[in-house]
Amino acid sequence: MPDSSKQIRNVSRRSFLKLTGLAAGGLVLGSALPGWQRPWASPTGGNSELNLFISIAPDDTVSIICHRSEMGQGIRTGLPQVVADELEADWQKVQVVQGLGDKRYGSQNTDGSRSIRRFYDTMRRMGASARTMLENAAAQQWQVPAGECKATSHRVVHTPTGRSFRFGELAAPAASQPVPGDKDLQLKGSDDFRYIGKPVNTVDTPAMVTGAADFGQDVSIDNMLIASIERAPVLGSSIKKLDDSAARKVRGVVAIERLDGGAEPPLFHPLSGVAVLATNTWTALKARRKLQIDWSDSDHLGHNSDAYLEKLQQRVREPGKTITDHGDVQKALASASRDHEAVYTVPYLAHATMEPPSATAMTTDSSCEIWACVQDPQSVQQHVGNALGLEPEQVRVNVTLLGGGFGRKSKPDFVIEAALLSRKMKRPVKVVWSREDDIRHDYYHAASAEYYRAGLDSDGRVTGWLQRAAFPSIGGTFSAGVDHPAGFELDLGFADLPFAVDNHRSETQQAEYHARIGWLRSVANIQNAFGRCSFADELAHAAGKPADRFLLELIGPDRLVDPSQGDYKYGNYGEPLEKFPLDTGRLKEVLRRTAARADLTLRGDQQSGNGEGWGIAVHRSFLSYVGIATRVRVQDNRLEIMEMHAVADVGLAVNPDRVKSQMEGSMIFGMSLALLGEIRMEDGAVSNSNFHDYQLLRMHQSPPLEVELVDSQEAPAGVGEPGVPPVAPSIANAVFAATGKRYRELPLKKHLSIG
Amino acid sequence: MQLIINGATHETDVDEDMPLLWLLRDELQMTGTKFGCGRGLCGACTIHLDGRPVRACLTPASAARGKAVTTIEGLSKNSDHPLQQAWIKHNVPQCGYCQSGQLMSAAALLQDNPNPTDSEIDRAMTGNLCRCGTYPRIKAAIKSAGQFVNAAGGNEDA
Repeated sequence: MPDSSKQIRNVSRRSFLKLTGLAAGGLVLGSALPGWQRPWASPTGGNSELNLFISIAPDDTVSIICHRSEMGQGIRTGLPQVVADELEADWQKVQVVQGLGDKRYGSQNTDGSRSIRRFYDTMRRMGASARTMLENAAAQQWQVPAGECKATSHRVVHTPTGRSFRFGELAAPAASQPVPGDKDLQLKGSDDFRYIGKPVNTVDTPAMVTGAADFGQDVSIDNMLIASIERAPVLGSSIKKLDDSAARKVRGVVAIERLDGGAEPPLFHPLSGVAVLATNTWTALKARRKLQIDWSDSDHLGHNSDAYLEKLQQRVREPGKTITDHGDVQKALASASRDHEAVYTVPYLAHATMEPPSATAMTTDSSCEIWACVQDPQSVQQHVGNALGLEPEQVRVNVTLLGGGFGRKSKPDFVIEAALLSRKMKRPVKVVWSREDDIRHDYYHAASAEYYRAGLDSDGRVTGWLQRAAFPSIGGTFSAGVDHPAGFELDLGFADLPFAVDNHRSETQQAEYHARIGWLRSVANIQNAFGRCSFADELAHAAGKPADRFLLELIGPDRLVDPSQGDYKYGNYGEPLEKFPLDTGRLKEVLRRTAARADLTLRGDQQSGNGEGWGIAVHRSFLSYVGIATRVRVQDNRLEIMEMHAVADVGLAVNPDRVKSQMEGSMIFGMSLALLGEIRMEDGAVSNSNFHDYQLLRMHQSPPLEVELVDSQEAPAGVGEPGVPPVAPSIANAVFAATGKRYRELPLKKHLSIG
Repeated sequence: MQLIINGATHETDVDEDMPLLWLLRDELQMTGTKFGCGRGLCGACTIHLDGRPVRACLTPASAARGKAVTTIEGLSKNSDHPLQQAWIKHNVPQCGYCQSGQLMSAAALLQDNPNPTDSEIDRAMTGNLCRCGTYPRIKAAIKSAGQFVNAAGGNEDA
């Protein structure tokens, strides 16, 4: 992030309009509801711009740019409510405008649970800067000292006399005020917060409940064609022979075009495929089924996910590449009074956003305009630009609402498809992914195996801890030759061991890629927390101690942990440890509160028919601390989740209701993957296709949920992802409590029927 | 083909096998009805045909001839169906994509049964997937809307 003195500046009217997309070619800008606009529409004319993010109209409407993508986390509400608070704006007069892709905003890469933590301070300064300019403008109008003018609730008041101006009246003179420097900004004290820390209602909800909200799939441009693409079923394979004669005969088909896949590594290249372009989606889908394509062989043709997971399980039992090594693990294990080991596996997973990917493009020789559900519009500018031979600035990206993201929509492969097809057709093209396309051509969460071994002394304390991970790295999607988990993936709940164990070692084992591997909500924390938190529970049982007491001992004294050692540099989610330490005191507080919600003495009794048990898991990820407590019932091999609780310390919660909703969503996302989620590959191709064989949790399987937020004034940390990792191990631990059976292989539907 | 959608008559010239989903979205630009799976597995495209919930992705346009089609855009005249109000009160949506279908399934349930139990709600709503995980709030919103439905009456534009 550049510092704020570079960030806060006046922008000319021309550039503001350019940034917000007033002249959206070919689009009818409309608004179904007062106060709500299509995300990519700009404010109406006559506004005065106070800085990159804030403009004010004479009628008092304050337009606040949201430069991050909305995918359900509520960021179009959260960031503007921070701005509005410092600005002293009246929320009822605020309009949220979605920013175009533009590097002047700073990062727009909406993933990694970063929007609030990276932009909270910036947004406060933006609001405070504009407020100061309004106060200075009023002082000038009245010819009084600026110190006598105070913004409050959408007016600037002259304190000694009580006279006041509306913001709308001051907008024009304020815009020509000098931009105050950082040291001239007075940020509000937290006691004066009007919106920060309050459950402000989501700005897009009214449009969402009437069908007016526009997503990527909903874009419609004059004269556009719809494309449905049959892609190579196996990574690396291409079109050997195509017979499209039957497809061409379907009424409404306009063209059939080939798309060439790039060489490996896969990057964000479109896959090899054949696009059917038609005047409507139904025709494109129908005609596509009539294509006859022979695909070429590929190195990945022999990939079978079951056999691959078997192989990874064997490998993690063998010594691997050492990442960190503290003390003397071998000696500790050799001298332990008890020694325990286990291997855990998680299969490939798909994102399965409710909205399948979709992008619309209008490409000319010298420009390209995009309307799409993307998490990172600047990445779209760069990669579409590369594909078309244009500069990033020549690619204009309008971000729609995203019908779910979870990491899938930060990969712009589907946008490049639309841009290339539009260039070929010389008219706008919308690429519509079907659900089958989405399930079969994702950037998958890696299949993984992890080995854990620990030694206990005679008091049941851990003296040595050895762990070894094998999964195809996300790095393999971007660089040739990557065949071990990468350091940034070991940062995510693996090498950042928060335990007070003198002797511990982390290793990796080989795992080559055979599919596009990507990041899925909470990324490697999924398998790392499943292994770590399940294994700790196994050790508690081996030590004969209740899980919470054992974990408190294992975590040890309150302290700040720095996991870096030698060549291994801990990334800490891109933040300095000084601002966001790995704080065992906060982890233990969450653990205590989580345990208080469970009955960890409950042990299932299959004979009496009461197969109930509680399990807990606590995990730090994305700089937040989350504990999950789960009560399950297992009867006749049927697993039912009875209730689930989350305790979350996310630092300051800007919008507590949206933090809670993210925790609710994380619990359900975590249940889907723990109980049901599995992508299988046979002969290199994904064998799942739709929601009947890639199942998600349904309402009847969703238990009552409770969320407790730790009241905190610490810096705001991640929210969207950290609720997910502890869910699966808390369920597996509960199942063990209920049945005495330990399941180390996800999803649990492999072992139990899911109620 | 002549169809009555949200009380208005539409003339269309499309293949009779075109599902209502694509007729609504591509031909009439009524995009509130969402495409989620194309196989009747997710419920995102739920609409009403003569007041009964159906999946628009599996319903050919010809099957709607002579029947009243209601979409999310026609659920209420002033965006004030008790369920829409309850959805706002409970701040239900996250990404929002599945919510049109959730609302249409819930509206059909409440028309028959204004005070559904938890398991009746589960039965009626289990065909509607939500990847964001808004199920608990949907359930709470349906319960709180139920008591107002009788008073509001059948306010569909059908």
